[in-house]
Amino acid sequence: MFGAVNALGEALVCQALHRGVKTQQRRREGPAAALLWQKPRSAAQQRHSVTAILSKMAGADGDDSLYPIAVLIDELRNEDVQLRLNSIKKLSTIALALGVERTRTELLPFLTDTIYDEDEVLLALAEQLGNFTMLVGGPEYVHCLLPPLESLATVEETVVRDKAVESLRKISQEHSPVDLEVHFEPLVKRLASGDWFTSRTSACGLFSVCYPRVSSTVKAEIRQHFRTLCSDDTPMVRRAAASKLGEFAKVLELDYVKSDIISLFTALASDEQDSVRLLAVEACVSIATLLPQEDLETLVMPTLRQAAEDKSWRVRYMVADKFSELQKAVGPEITKNDLVPAFQNLLKDCEAEVRAAAANKVKEFCENLPEDSREQIIMTHILPCVKELVSDTNQHVKSALASVIMGLSTILGKDNTIEHLLPLFLAQLKDECPEVRLNIISNLDCVNEVIGIRQLSQSLLPAIVELAEDAKWRVRLAIIEYMPLLAGQLGVEFFDEKLNTLCMAWLIDHVYAIREAATCNLMKLVEKFGAEWAQNTIVPKVLGMANDPNYLHRMTTLFCINALSEACGQDITTKQMLPVVLKMSNDQVANVRFNVAKSLQKIGPVLDSNALQTEVKPVLEKLATDTDMDVKYFAQEAISVLALA
Amino acid sequence: METTKLPPSSPSSPTTSFSVPSAEKVDGFPRRSMRRARQRRSHSSSQFRYQSSQVELTPLPLLKDAPVAELHDLFCKKLQQCCVLFDFLDCVADLKGKEIKRAALNELVESVATSRGVLIEPLYPEAIKMISVNIFRTLPPSENPEFDPEEDEPTLEASWPHLQLVYEFFLRFLESPDFQPSMAKRYVDQKFVLQLLELFDSEDPREREYLKTILHRVYGKLLGLRAYIRKQINNIFLRFIYETEHFNGVAELLEILGSIINGFALPLKAEHKQFLVRVLIPLHTAKSLSIFHAQLAYCVVQFMEKDATVTEYIIRGLLKYWPKTCTQKEVMFLGEIEEILDVIEPSQFIRVQEPLFKQIAACISSPHFQVAERALYFWNNEYILSLIEENCQVILPLVFATLYRVSKEHWNQTIVSLIYNVLKTFMEMNSKLFDDLTASYKVLVLVSLQQRYGAVYTQAHNIHTLISEQEYL
Repeated sequence: MFGAVNALGEALVCQALHRGVKTQQRRREGPAAALLWQKPRSAAQQRHSVTAILSKMAGADGDDSLYPIAVLIDELRNEDVQLRLNSIKKLSTIALALGVERTRTELLPFLTDTIYDEDEVLLALAEQLGNFTMLVGGPEYVHCLLPPLESLATVEETVVRDKAVESLRKISQEHSPVDLEVHFEPLVKRLASGDWFTSRTSACGLFSVCYPRVSSTVKAEIRQHFRTLCSDDTPMVRRAAASKLGEFAKVLELDYVKSDIISLFTALASDEQDSVRLLAVEACVSIATLLPQEDLETLVMPTLRQAAEDKSWRVRYMVADKFSELQKAVGPEITKNDLVPAFQNLLKDCEAEVRAAAANKVKEFCENLPEDSREQIIMTHILPCVKELVSDTNQHVKSALASVIMGLSTILGKDNTIEHLLPLFLAQLKDECPEVRLNIISNLDCVNEVIGIRQLSQSLLPAIVELAEDAKWRVRLAIIEYMPLLAGQLGVEFFDEKLNTLCMAWLIDHVYAIREAATCNLMKLVEKFGAEWAQNTIVPKVLGMANDPNYLHRMTTLFCINALSEACGQDITTKQMLPVVLKMSNDQVANVRFNVAKSLQKIGPVLDSNALQTEVKPVLEKLATDTDMDVKYFAQEAISVLALA
Repeated sequence: METTKLPPSSPSSPTTSFSVPSAEKVDGFPRRSMRRARQRRSHSSSQFRYQSSQVELTPLPLLKDAPVAELHDLFCKKLQQCCVLFDFLDCVADLKGKEIKRAALNELVESVATSRGVLIEPLYPEAIKMISVNIFRTLPPSENPEFDPEEDEPTLEASWPHLQLVYEFFLRFLESPDFQPSMAKRYVDQKFVLQLLELFDSEDPREREYLKTILHRVYGKLLGLRAYIRKQINNIFLRFIYETEHFNGVAELLEILGSIINGFALPLKAEHKQFLVRVLIPLHTAKSLSIFHAQLAYCVVQFMEKDATVTEYIIRGLLKYWPKTCTQKEVMFLGEIEEILDVIEPSQFIRVQEPLFKQIAACISSPHFQVAERALYFWNNEYILSLIEENCQVILPLVFATLYRVSKEHWNQTIVSLIYNVLKTFMEMNSKLFDDLTASYKVLVLVSLQQRYGAVYTQAHNIHTLISEQEYL
C-alpha cells in the first residue's frame, strides 16, 4: 500500500513543483493540531488544516512525496473552479493516498460538506463516487458512500442529480442484501419522502435496483412508495415515476405487475398533463412484454387505444415513435386487429409531426407483420395511406417516407413492386424537395435487389443530374457520396455514358468541399471499375487539368493523383502521373509547388526506386531550395519521409 | 436506464428528430438560413380536429330585441351556438357559419359588458363550457423547431377571429359587476386553471396578452385558487428551467407574479421565500433570459422591497449563476444588480459588498466593452456612489488593482475615460487610501515582474558569466 502511495507521490511531484514556494512555506508553518476535515471558514483555518495533513502524513512515514497529495487536497478548496474540478477528478488518487480508513472517516465527511459547490464540481464528484467502492475498503464499507451521494441526489441541477442516481444504482449492486436493507433502502425512503421535488424525482430511479434483493416486507414498502410517487402532486415527480414505470415493472413479481403496475399505468396514461401521459406510452412496451398474451387485451389495450387517439399530438407522436416496439410487445393477433387501424390513423393524423413519425415506421411495421397475412394487410390497408403520403403537404413527412419506402419492395416482391411501388418511387424522384429525392436515391440498393435498377434508370438520371447541379452545395455533396453506390448498380456503360461528365464537373466546382468529395469519389470509382478503366476515362481528363489557368484546378489534379495513385498501380503512376507532377514543380504559384512536394511524398511508395532516385529526388532537392518557406518545408519533409537524403 | 431521458414533450423536441434534412446535416450544422428559406405557413391551429361532425348554424334573434323574459334563454342558446368550432386553416370553408358565430360572440361580449342582470347562476356553467370548448386545445407543434422569440416571427393562431372574441367575452365576464366569485368557483376550478396556464405556451403574443389579464382577474377574484395557481406556475417554471428550456409565456407569468409579490403579507411565508430562492433566482440561468429579464428583475426587486433580509440570498444567487461566456447576459445581470442596489438597505449592502465588488471588478476588466461600460456606469448612480463612499475602505482595495490595470490596457477609449473618472472619484473620496493603494500596487507589479522574469535574469547572468569565463580562457 505504501509503495503505491510513494509511487503516486512521485508521479505528482512535478505537479507540486510549480507550486513549490507555497508548499514550502506551509510545510514550515509548524506543528499540527485538531481534526483535519472540519469545515474551515477562514483562509487561515484552511491553511491550518492543510498543514495538519502535511505534518501528519510526513510524520507517519517520514516521506516527502506525499506533499503533492496535500496540494491536491488543498485545491479542493481553491477559489478557482477549474482547480477544484481538477482536484475532484483526481479524487481517487487522494483516496488511495489516504488509505481506506481515512477516506471513510475524513475524506467522505469532508466531501459531504462541500455539496454547496458549483454544479460542475458536483457533477464530477457524483461520477467519481460511483467508482469508489474499493477505495473505501470494498463492498463491506460501500455504504459509507451513501451520505454524499444522497445529498447530491437532491440538488437542483438535473445532470448532477442524474449522475448521483447513476452512481447510486451502480454501488447498490455492491451492497450485501443486509446492507441494502440497513443502509440503502432507508436512503431511498428518505429521498422518496423528501420535501422538495428533486429528491423524490431521484428516488424514482432507485426502486428497481433494490427491489429484487430485499425481503418481502421491505418489498411491500417499496411498492407503496412507488405508488405514492406515481400520484405525486408535482408533475416533475410524476414524469420521473412514469419514465421508470417500465423498468420497475420488470423487477416485480407478475402478480404485482397485474395488481399494482397496471393501475399505476392506467392512471399515468390518463394524467392531466400530456408530458406525463406520453411517458406512460414508453412504459407500455415493457409492461406488455411482461404480461401473458391473454391478459393484454383487458389490461393494456384499452389504455393503448386511448393513447393512440389522445387529444395531444405529443402523445400520439410517442405512440407512432414507439410503434415497432409496441407491435412486438403485443404480438401478431392484436397487431392485426388493433394496431393496423391505429397505424392507419397515425399515418393520416392531422399533425405533420405525427404523420412523419408514423411514416418513419412504415417499413419496420410491415416487416414485422405476421407472415400469413402480411401481403394482404399491406396491400389493402397500408399502401393506400402510403400513396397519400407521397403527395403530403409537408416535406418532412414526405422525406421520412422516402427514407423507408424502398424497403417495402423486398417485402412485397417483384410484381407488386413494379405495379404499385414503382410509380411512387418515380413520383418521389420528381419531388420538389431535394431531400426527398436524395432519400430515394440513397436507398436504391433495396430496389436493385428486387427489380433491378434499370427499371428506374430513365427517371433516375434526370433526378441525379438535377441534384448534382443543385444550388446548395450540401445537396451536391450528398449526391456525390452516393455516386460509387449508383455506379456499382448502374454498371460501367451506363456510368460512362451518363454520369462520367458529372463526376468530372464536380472537380471544378467552386466549393472546395465538393472538389474534395469529387476527388474521393474518383478513387472509389477506380476501386470499383479497375485501373484499366481509370487509364482510359479518368486519368487523361485529370491530367489535362494540370494546364488549367486556374491554380485551384491545377491543385485539384494533384489531389486526384494523391487519391488515385494507389488504386491505379505503379505502371500508370510512373508513366502517366509522375511526369505531370514533376512538370508542375515549376508552377509559378507557391501553393501548387508545395502541393507537388506533398504529392511526391504521397505517391513515392508506389514508385520504383529507380524513378525515385533519378526523377523525384532532383525535383525535391530543387524545391528544398525554393524561395517560399512552405515549399521548402514540405520538400524537406518529403525528402526525409522518402529517405532520399 | 442509466440516464433519465427528457420527455420529448416540448413542442419543439419531437420535430428535431426529423426536421433537419440529411442534405443539410452533412457537416453537422443545420443552417439557419436554410431553415428560414423553407416554405412556412404563418398560421396554425390544432383546434378543429375535435369536432366530430359539422353542425349547420342558423342565426338567432338579436339579444337586444329579445323580451326580458326570454333574454336568459336566448343568451344560453347563443352560448351553445358558440361551442361549434370552425376550420380556419381552410379560410373559405363555411363562411356563413363563421359569420353567425362571430356575430353571436360579439353580441355576447357587448351584452356582458354593458347590460346589468344578465349573469344569472344557470348561465355560469354554460359560459364556462363555451369558453373551455373554444380556448382549451393542445397547442400545435411549433412551425420552427428552434423558434427564437427575439428573431423569428411567431406563428399566429389561425382561429383568432373567433378566439379573440371568446377571450374578450371571458374577460368581460370576469370584470362584470354582476360576476359572483362564489358561483364561478364551482366551474372555474383547479382543472380549468391548469389548462388555462398551459395555454401560456402559445406562440401567439395576442393570445398570451389576453391570458395574462384573465389570469390576473381570476387570481384577484377567486381567492381559493390562489395557492394552487402559484404552485402550478412554480411547476411550469421548474420544468422550464430544468427540463425543457422552452415555454413561451414566461414573461407574462412573471408579470402577473410581479403584482402578486407586491401583495404578499409580511413577514414573508416560507413558501414565498422558497419560490424566490428555488425558482426566481434559477430562472436567471435560462438561455432565453433576454425575453423575460425585465419582468424577472421586477419580481426580484419587489421581493427586496417587501423584505430586505432576502437581499443577501438574491445577490449571492445572482453571483452564483453569473454568466461565464455570454456577455449579453452579463450586461443584463449588471442591469439587474443596479436595480437591486438602487433600493438596497445600507446594512444589507455591507453583507454582500465583498463578493459583489469582486464580480464588478471582473466585469470592469472584461474585454467586451459593453460589459465593462455597464459596470462602470454604477459610479454614475448617486445612491450607489454614496454606498461606495461609506464603504470605501473595503471596496476600493477590491477594485483598485483592476481599475489601475484596465486604465492602462483597455482597447476601448470610452472605457479608459470612464475608468479615469472612477479613479478620480475615488481619489476625491479618500486620497490617503488611494495613495497607499497606488504605492503598494506599484510595488506589487514590480515584485510580480521580478518573479516572472527573475529566472530569466538569473539564467542570462549565468550564461554571461560562462561566456566571459570562456573568453577569458
